[in-house]
Amino acid sequence: MADLSKDDETTVEAVEAAINAPVDRGEPILQVRNLVKHFPLTQGIVFKRTVGAVKAVDGISFDLYQGETLGIVGESGCGKSTVAKLLMSLETATAGEVLYKGQDITKLSGKALKVVRRNIQMVFQDPYTSLNPRMTVGDIIGEPFDIHPEVAPKGTRRKKVQDLLDVVGLNPEYINRYPHQFSGGQRQRIGIARGLALNPEVIICDEPVSALDVSVQAQVINLMENLQDEFNLSYIFIAHDLSIVRHISDRVGVMYLGKMAEIGSDAEIYEYPTHPYTQALLSAVPVPDPEARAHRERIILTGDVPSPANPPSGCRFRTRCWKAQDKCATDVPLLAIPERFKGVDSPAAHDSACHFAEVKDVVGVA
Amino acid sequence: MTEVVTGMDGSGTTAAGPAPAAPSAAEPSVARISNWSEIRARFLANKLAVFGLLIVVILLLVAVFAPLIAPADPLHQDLMNTLKEPSSKHWLGTDALGRDQLSRIIYGSRIAMIVGLASILLACFIGITLGAIAGYFGRIWDTLIMRVADVFFAFPLLVGAIVIILLMGRGVLPVVISLGIFSWATFARLLRSQILSVREMDYVHAAKALGASRRRIVLKHILPNSVTSVVVYAASSVGIAIVAEASLSFLGVGVSPEVAEWGNMIFAGKDFMGVKDYLWVYPSLSIVTTALGFVFLGNGLRDALDPKLR
Amino acid sequence: MTTVETAAESIGTTAAGGPLLEVRDLHVEFKTRDGVAKAVNGVNYSVSAGETLAVLGESGSGKSVTAQAIMGILDSPPGRVAQGEILFHGQNILALPESERRKLRGNKMAMIFQDALSSLNPVLSVGFQLGEMFRAHQGLSKKDAKKKAIELMDRVRIPAAKERVGDYAHQFSGGMRQRIMIAMAIALEPDLIIADEPTTALDVTVQAQVMDLLAELQRESNMGLILITHDLGVVADVADKIAVMYAGRIVETAPVHEIYKRPAHPYTKGLLRSIPRLDQKGQELYAIKGLPPNLLAVPSGCAFNPRCEMAQDICRTDVPPLHTVTEADGGELPGRGSACHFWKETIHG
Repeated sequence: MADLSKDDETTVEAVEAAINAPVDRGEPILQVRNLVKHFPLTQGIVFKRTVGAVKAVDGISFDLYQGETLGIVGESGCGKSTVAKLLMSLETATAGEVLYKGQDITKLSGKALKVVRRNIQMVFQDPYTSLNPRMTVGDIIGEPFDIHPEVAPKGTRRKKVQDLLDVVGLNPEYINRYPHQFSGGQRQRIGIARGLALNPEVIICDEPVSALDVSVQAQVINLMENLQDEFNLSYIFIAHDLSIVRHISDRVGVMYLGKMAEIGSDAEIYEYPTHPYTQALLSAVPVPDPEARAHRERIILTGDVPSPANPPSGCRFRTRCWKAQDKCATDVPLLAIPERFKGVDSPAAHDSACHFAEVKDVVGVA
Repeated sequence: MTEVVTGMDGSGTTAAGPAPAAPSAAEPSVARISNWSEIRARFLANKLAVFGLLIVVILLLVAVFAPLIAPADPLHQDLMNTLKEPSSKHWLGTDALGRDQLSRIIYGSRIAMIVGLASILLACFIGITLGAIAGYFGRIWDTLIMRVADVFFAFPLLVGAIVIILLMGRGVLPVVISLGIFSWATFARLLRSQILSVREMDYVHAAKALGASRRRIVLKHILPNSVTSVVVYAASSVGIAIVAEASLSFLGVGVSPEVAEWGNMIFAGKDFMGVKDYLWVYPSLSIVTTALGFVFLGNGLRDALDPKLR
Repeated sequence: MTTVETAAESIGTTAAGGPLLEVRDLHVEFKTRDGVAKAVNGVNYSVSAGETLAVLGESGSGKSVTAQAIMGILDSPPGRVAQGEILFHGQNILALPESERRKLRGNKMAMIFQDALSSLNPVLSVGFQLGEMFRAHQGLSKKDAKKKAIELMDRVRIPAAKERVGDYAHQFSGGMRQRIMIAMAIALEPDLIIADEPTTALDVTVQAQVMDLLAELQRESNMGLILITHDLGVVADVADKIAVMYAGRIVETAPVHEIYKRPAHPYTKGLLRSIPRLDQKGQELYAIKGLPPNLLAVPSGCAFNPRCEMAQDICRTDVPPLHTVTEADGGELPGRGSACHFWKETIHG
């Protein structure tokens, strides 16, 4: 934790001024640059020695534009939830920058960070652990106002909480109930209301519907889309369900073992994937339509995801890749438009970290 | 030993990542946390728990109103009437100095209650404070506090009590202090382990993400959700502390020997074993009943607060 | 592949043509503090040898409870079978004493759970746990049991089975652990396997591997398979027929391919419409309104009526039976049924 230097006040003012500036639609609001998070592996009980590191996030860059939804997909262990925590400053980055309207928030602490937190909020995966079971719904949704009293004067808070309940489609009379009196979907709405309370600009959603029943998922997704339009929000939507990500996202990034494998617009990623991992991932998704299924090519990967404590050299996917060659073991492929697609006017010309990128339609659009 | 220090998503080694919590229909949804009326209903449905509560309440009343209930002064020596068997005059007989046994037992409940409650309060205070620091701040604080806890945990109570008495002399306060400082370690461990799991709950992350202060996070989110088990354990521990207190007195490192106290009474009665058994049987029964009362109460609280722990 | 003769031979083989397992009018209740929760309210289904039945439903639909009743592993109390029959090889196993049912488990019917890690004993090697099946049920020696364990691990395609037979559950990845669970289930060549959300906890790329394995093993040994899931996508891959459950009842049955094209129950129809598609962006999602049912207060009539767009007065009063579904001109649609008063309108538009 960086100590609060004597010019803390000026920092706070500078940050406040910077983040209160409006950002035009389509301009980047969040820029992530070479973000790294290594969790040290230690040995010993009293005297801990570091013997290695789990490279949960290992150099990731992307932009989030004002008003858009950026989906991030990947399997367990790929580091997508760590990215969420880093963006929220719930974990300290090992290296790299998260620029919010030009301010590097990984370097902020204390008051300056608190100011930023008003504008970047989060919706969590598990509706059963994301609400304090000993607080009423009113206290949970009202807590943001307790922490940031400047946002809502005391007398107006109850009304504000009731308005928020209404906005997320819950009965405002539920204000005195406890979380356990609600179903999973309703609880997720409460979590969303808490996230909206401070009027944020960016909401990081970490698997927000994966714990919900299918019939309730659609309700919550629709709610989130409506709220985005109503409050002009930018979303980072982290999920493992590729169909849902496609539905809600404008752009999609695919993560594998702490790296971004491919990133592009939803059509670019789903219809013109050029990275073998994206292709395998998409082809493995069970589709509830046996006929569409018949047209699809399935790529069944062998083996498991390697340990992030000891990732393969070169391209991290090479141990499971059917295209892997010697080059893949020695050269780390960069996330960029592949050489062969440069200057080509095709949806295939998007960032992909593969030496041998080529288009393969695995979803069966054609 | 290799361990991943901080929580991360997915897996450290080959273990599978967090499963997307799957909707499953094992049983109809049951609330995880119950409100007070449900807790009370569950507690009252537990006969043993109600029995324990009854014992504890009666004992508390006896201790508070001892001067009104006791038929005689517990310290009054009647050397003309020593070692009298229980009779209508002395319901539980008299001891070698002619003191009324019933009155001594009644007054003994005061020492038992005071020492039992005060020592556990002290232990809770130390244990909760240190356990919370260890659990929440972790790192060096955790290592330091937990190693100290290990030492206190392993240290024999008897030796500790002797040291304290050497320093402070005999009396109620030294007993409270020795029991308190030699039982906080369990409370600290218990709270720490609870905090370690509560700390990773998403509602704690959510509070952090909102910019909540550490103080707020600990007091509003972490402690209320982790302290229940400590409170429950404390209730049972009062009974254990009362047994320990009597043992210390019996061994001569507790309160002064003339004080009306159950351990003292057993000590005095042990010389008449097989001859005047009423001298040690009734104080022993008092200890057992009291200890059981608190244990039943504690278990009842545990089951009522969290039916899944049973 | 050899057929292993097992101890529990009290139940013979099915007469040709008869189903392997038949659940008849099963009712299961759970006693709770707030009343009796009717988790299963009259379920009928059957599975034949070599057939895969997918039971699809959301939380509280009773899909897992039905499976637990079949296996005889209901939490009881508070749960109990209130009514009904479960015929296995034609014999009502609910009438058997517990000692007989125990012999059936593992030998004749086996179950695979969602969470493989908690289903395996952490302090015993997986080889030992696999071998235990043979030692306990077939009296094999330690050495032979180990050999069998390695064979099994090979069969479920765990790489380097010989070297890994002494490893413990936590040393395997999620996908490998689920393979070990499958190995354990097929060890004694049971006639029926119940898989309860077997791939839900796994990653997509691993899910596909495990489902393929399960389907292949089933084909090889002609077992009956009941696949319990909430995922319409998983079902499409492997099942022969499907039963959709809602609030403890079966609301629709169909051969698997037909249900996606032409659902005959508004609930199934709603579910299919509410899933976003991988191959197109789509507009706003269709969402079934309302909440899943509270089992302590299941709505009268059709349990789905408060969430149904087609609900009429009759839906609030009369429980719809499972109607036989036919073509608009009365042509047969084998295996199809819908518990909706308005199934005709639902399927034929």
